[in-house]
Amino acid sequence: MDDLKGFPQELTGADRPMVSFRKVGKAYGPLTVLDDLDLDVAEGEMVSIIGPSGSGKTTVLRMLMTLEEINGGCIYIDGQPLTHMPKNGGLVRANQRHLRARRVDIGMCFQHFNLFPHMTALENCMEGPVQVLGMPKTEARARSEELLEMVGMIEKRDQHPSRLSGGQQQRVAIARALAMRPKVMLFDEVTSALDPEVIGEVTNVIRGLASEHKLTMLMVTHQMGFAQDISDRVCFFYGGKIEEQGPASELFGNPQRERTQQFLSAVKEAV
Amino acid sequence: MTFFEFLVQYWPRLLSGAGVTVVQFFLAAVLGIALSVTMGLMKLSPNRLVSGAAITYIEFFRGTSLLVQLYWIFFVLPLFGLTIDKFTAGYIAVGMNIGAYGAELVRGGILSVPRGQWEAALALNMTPAKRMWRIILPQALVNMLPPWGNLMIELLKGTALVSLISVADLMFEARQINSSTFLSAQVFGAALIIYYIMARFMLTPSMRWLERFMARKMGRA
Ligand SMILES: Nc1ncnc2c1ncn2[C@@H]1O[C@H](COP(=O)(O)OP(=O)(O)OP(=O)(O)O)[C@@H](O)[C@H]1O
Ligand SMILES: [Mg+2]
Repeated sequence: MDDLKGFPQELTGADRPMVSFRKVGKAYGPLTVLDDLDLDVAEGEMVSIIGPSGSGKTTVLRMLMTLEEINGGCIYIDGQPLTHMPKNGGLVRANQRHLRARRVDIGMCFQHFNLFPHMTALENCMEGPVQVLGMPKTEARARSEELLEMVGMIEKRDQHPSRLSGGQQQRVAIARALAMRPKVMLFDEVTSALDPEVIGEVTNVIRGLASEHKLTMLMVTHQMGFAQDISDRVCFFYGGKIEEQGPASELFGNPQRERTQQFLSAVKEAV
Repeated sequence: MTFFEFLVQYWPRLLSGAGVTVVQFFLAAVLGIALSVTMGLMKLSPNRLVSGAAITYIEFFRGTSLLVQLYWIFFVLPLFGLTIDKFTAGYIAVGMNIGAYGAELVRGGILSVPRGQWEAALALNMTPAKRMWRIILPQALVNMLPPWGNLMIELLKGTALVSLISVADLMFEARQINSSTFLSAQVFGAALIIYYIMARFMLTPSMRWLERFMARKMGRA
């Protein structure tokens, strides 16, 4: 397939980013969704992605989760290429085995939770550790119960998703992803499908993760207040590019670009 | 001869025939289910050769008559040097026929599972095989149980055709009794009732039980 020229085989050094998008492009047929995207996320950093509908926010997370193939450039995770693999001194497109080996570092939560309906909350959390990591059941159970406790769902551990509210399902989904001990967590509008009164219970869990763990996080959100509160950095996407990025206080407090200003004032009016 | 007197005299033969029907049903069902899953999965394969093989199988067995298939397997295959005894030929023909219909149910059931389930399983880094067996198929099964109930009844009724290659099932015994006694109303009446009882009071409740069982597994009951 398409060999990459001029991309390093790995990223080294103590200050190497946990996640690195290098000139990443994505197109659906004639529609270019992302154009030469460069984005580095440091270990332990919490980066929020905001922007208008269709600007490519979800696509960024889905590419990193390897749910979408990229059309150009390369994504690195923890210094190692994710979308490509080293071969003969260069980089070639990753095969399934390489993807499986690198994907262990990444976890994702979805807008619609996507819990497995035929399993209880606890079984949902144990599925990955037991089936993918080959962990003994007792150990997987202990780890899962600890995480369910952390997200405040331990009492509902034996309930199926159909018996849980949206907010409860999303908290279980977060525990399920964390049970794999990923280095990077991706959140795609995890509160958008929730009733307003339960949004807080999910954002509080994410808040806790951001403050207590050295987890690296990438979050797409439409909740500007929440993004401002917990992010180390905010990226404003527009038309498949990062139009502006910076510390939350600066981007929200003193946006430089006109499109950012327009977007933020439009969002403010809508509230 | 009253219907009751008829039953008293002929019940052992009817019962033995019904027993053969039940065995034919089970063997055909096992074969049919195995073929349904295999062919349903194969039809979804991105490999054109694999999906093409499944499509050929499905088209052939759905598009031609079960009776003709049965005759082919029992009378024609021996001409090519492949001789199968009548009992085996019976359930193989019925099972392969049902498998073609079941394959479409399996395929439809799999496609009815939301994309998000595949994606969540991939995000947990599950292998394609585990995604299918642990996440997708159990949910597909729930979605396809009601049409499978109908298919199983069709299967039971379809087994009556094996009497035409002299497998001694219920229909075969009924025809034998009829040709020696000419008690047509009694014998075919009895056959009708026995088939109905098997479908209505054995098959349907088992399928209902399975549906309830799966609903419980999904936390819906
Ligand atoms: N599978 C697909 N096929 C074709 N086009 C797609 C596909 N997925 C996304 N797109 C297009 O890519 C663009 C970016 O989509 P994306 O989902 O990343 O936007 P987004 O920023 O997450 O928007 P939103 O805020 O509405 O979720 C959109 O124009 C969308 O229509
Ligand atoms: Mg989106």
